[in-house]
Amino acid sequence: MNFEPTDDRRMLGDSLNRYLGDRWGFEAWKRVAASDAGHDPAIWAGLVELGAVGALFTEESGGFAGGAFDIHAVFHALGRNLVVEPFLGTLLAGRVLAAEGGHETMLASMIDGSEIVTAAFYEPQGRYDIADVTTRAVRDGEGWVLDGAKSVVPSLGLAGTVLVSARIDGDATATDGIGLFLVPSDAAGVEIRDYGLIDGGRGGDLTLRGVRLDAGSRVGGAAHAAIEDAVAAGIVALAAEAVGAMGFCRDATLDYLRTRVQFGMPIGKFQALQHRMATLAIEIEQASSAAINAAAALDQPRHARERAISAAKFTIGRVGALVAEESIHLHGGIGMTWELPLPHYAKRLIMIDHMLGDEDHHLGRYIALGAAA
Amino acid sequence: MELNFTPDEEAFRAEVRTFLAEKLPRHIVDKVNSGKRLTKQDHEEFHAILNARGWLASHWPEQYGGPGWSVVQRYIFDYESALAGAPRIVPFGVSMLGPVLIKYGTEAQKAHYLPRILDGSDWWCQGYSEPGSGSDLASLRTSAVRDGDAYVVNGQKTWTTLGQHADMIFCLVRTDPKAKKQEGISFLLIDMKSPGIEVRPIITLDGEHEVNEVFFTDVRVPVANLVGEENKGWTYAKYLLTYERTNIAGVGGSIAALDWLRQIAGKQKKSGRPLTEDPFFAARLARIEIDLDNMKTTNLRVLAAAAHGAPAGPESSMLKVRGTEIRQEISSLTRRALGPYAQPFVSEALDAEHNGESIGPDYAAPVAAEYFNNRKLSIFGGSNEIQRTIIAGALGL
Ligand SMILES: Cc1cc2nc3c(=O)[nH]c(=O)nc-3n(C[C@H](O)[C@H](O)[C@H](O)COP(=O)(O)OP(=O)(O)OC[C@H]3O[C@@H](n4cnc5c(N)ncnc54)[C@H](O)[C@@H]3O)c2cc1C
Repeated sequence: MNFEPTDDRRMLGDSLNRYLGDRWGFEAWKRVAASDAGHDPAIWAGLVELGAVGALFTEESGGFAGGAFDIHAVFHALGRNLVVEPFLGTLLAGRVLAAEGGHETMLASMIDGSEIVTAAFYEPQGRYDIADVTTRAVRDGEGWVLDGAKSVVPSLGLAGTVLVSARIDGDATATDGIGLFLVPSDAAGVEIRDYGLIDGGRGGDLTLRGVRLDAGSRVGGAAHAAIEDAVAAGIVALAAEAVGAMGFCRDATLDYLRTRVQFGMPIGKFQALQHRMATLAIEIEQASSAAINAAAALDQPRHARERAISAAKFTIGRVGALVAEESIHLHGGIGMTWELPLPHYAKRLIMIDHMLGDEDHHLGRYIALGAAA
Repeated sequence: MELNFTPDEEAFRAEVRTFLAEKLPRHIVDKVNSGKRLTKQDHEEFHAILNARGWLASHWPEQYGGPGWSVVQRYIFDYESALAGAPRIVPFGVSMLGPVLIKYGTEAQKAHYLPRILDGSDWWCQGYSEPGSGSDLASLRTSAVRDGDAYVVNGQKTWTTLGQHADMIFCLVRTDPKAKKQEGISFLLIDMKSPGIEVRPIITLDGEHEVNEVFFTDVRVPVANLVGEENKGWTYAKYLLTYERTNIAGVGGSIAALDWLRQIAGKQKKSGRPLTEDPFFAARLARIEIDLDNMKTTNLRVLAAAAHGAPAGPESSMLKVRGTEIRQEISSLTRRALGPYAQPFVSEALDAEHNGESIGPDYAAPVAAEYFNNRKLSIFGGSNEIQRTIIAGALGL
């Protein structure tokens, strides 16, 4: 048993934290989060250079690591530093391209940072269900025509290409009959509605109206398993990001409890607050374990993997809300202010629960997977 | 045991409903029901409508322009107003300062300020908290030094809600720096236009400008603006803080918010079915409905006791703690109900003039911001820990 990260991963995490500590801080966050791009090309390039994207992919697919704990190390640093760059979309789309093959050039330019690609797996009526796909892909000679709508796609406005799930046949919620397609964001019939998110990131709604694609735009074959695998990797990432953000909230709140004086003593001397802080510390460790469980299960057979993934996302959602709400509350009024980093971490923690399936979605899925065992 | 209102109270309820149905302006109700921002003019218009009927200051004695209602009538009024989509009455003048002036003010102060609260001439804000004095309010340091017929005020107040609109601020200031901390405090009424006052906005986590810092540099305040006796301000402040028993739990507001949540959950789909049919969500919804129903009766029991002359105890603290927790949970569930569409946030979409197409469902825009904003409920008005300490003390611990 050894829960220490390997030297390589520790060094990767350390170098990202050092770089972000020097070059990215709360002032930068405020500037970028308020901008229309919601993205800082210089920081993105710097992180790419340090290997933050390459680490997400294996050597054979053009990266240099690609293990679940590599993904964990990168996203932990992103969470700790409240980075809003397009990592999640890159991971989701790149993971599929790496697994399915046939799009090496695109993957290579994603890894070297020259191209941003994101993934559109969810639809307005489908909530968090990747099988609920009503976007249609219809054969058109050698190629395809796509029609439909995708909701809250991460970093959509930045992406030159979007990996889109579409139904080739079957019922609206069948796991069979789904295909994946690379859609250039400037293709005729593509409409992008780009908007800010409450946590400072960017997202967008994608509408496809008679979008013609050539045969080469299809990625792999039956897509449900590939999407599920990409989402599993995405949850490993979000869980690590959340744990990084929770660590920040814990430290900031502890610091405040030690220094804020009311009634002639630091408020951390009040037992009522000590116990609440202790509960937070316990739950953050639990969340950390859930994130580790998920990473450890990523390469396991589907059933074991998916249970651990759902368990982790459920835990992160539950603990994330607790940490967000408690750390604001324990700060009192100052915890409500824009000028403090803390509430923005809290917002990010809450919003992570609204991505790739929330607490209830994954609790239900965990139960269903248990029944199917 | 009789849980129902009397026929007279029911008749009163019907009267309130009719009034609200006829007089509440549509544009204000629409804003409240869709979570849009209310302007200063909206608040003033609403106050004026209530005042025209004599219903603005529901807990003032009749001789000062109150309607002479019982606590139960006041509860019914607040409850029905919330259900009808009325804004909350801005509390600083009407609910906070008014009762203090009525009990402790001079005749001249009452004659001057009370009518101006009612007719909207003065918008008041509350200057209690300071950067170093939140829960430990009695440690406040803003000083007032007597100089002839004026006090000279120096210091800083913070978290001043809607201070950007205010004509007047009522402040707790230190007049005797040598006395024990509760004993050297006075209650002053200060004109916001006085030279030496500066108001700076504080932006909250949702990007809103709702609170402010107020700085005082050698601000001269006429001695006639002292309420009650010098160095007795703490007594008046405590009176103000324990005064509200009828609407502190915000039951009407929570019922309206729960109604809205139910509508949203009914429209949101999970696996092709309304979210209200999802067992996980249904369980969350049921729990909060049960809590709120219990709270409603708890609140009425407190009112009934008050109506029978029971002295104010820790009940208002109980109502504050549980009432705010319930309200926070409702806004948390509303956020959950939206699924992925809780994420987009376009601040301009909260302006009534905004007519851009909504992102996701048309009810989504204010939900997440409101959830974050409602974190304040457990912090302000005496934080829920301070309230629990009061309850524990009343329990003899
Ligand atoms: C949106 C908003 C609007 C406001 N509007 C106004 C206004 O108009 N006018 C005005 O005067 N004030 C206003 N306030 C201020 C409000 O009253 C204070 O925020 C509140 O009293 C708490 O003080 P604090 O923020 O300094 O927190 P602190 O007192 O520093 O408390 C920090 C944390 O410690 C806890 N704590 C403190 N002491 C104890 C203890 N002894 N035991 C256990 N726990 C403890 C608190 O509960 C809190 O969780 C507003 C605040 C907010 C957030």
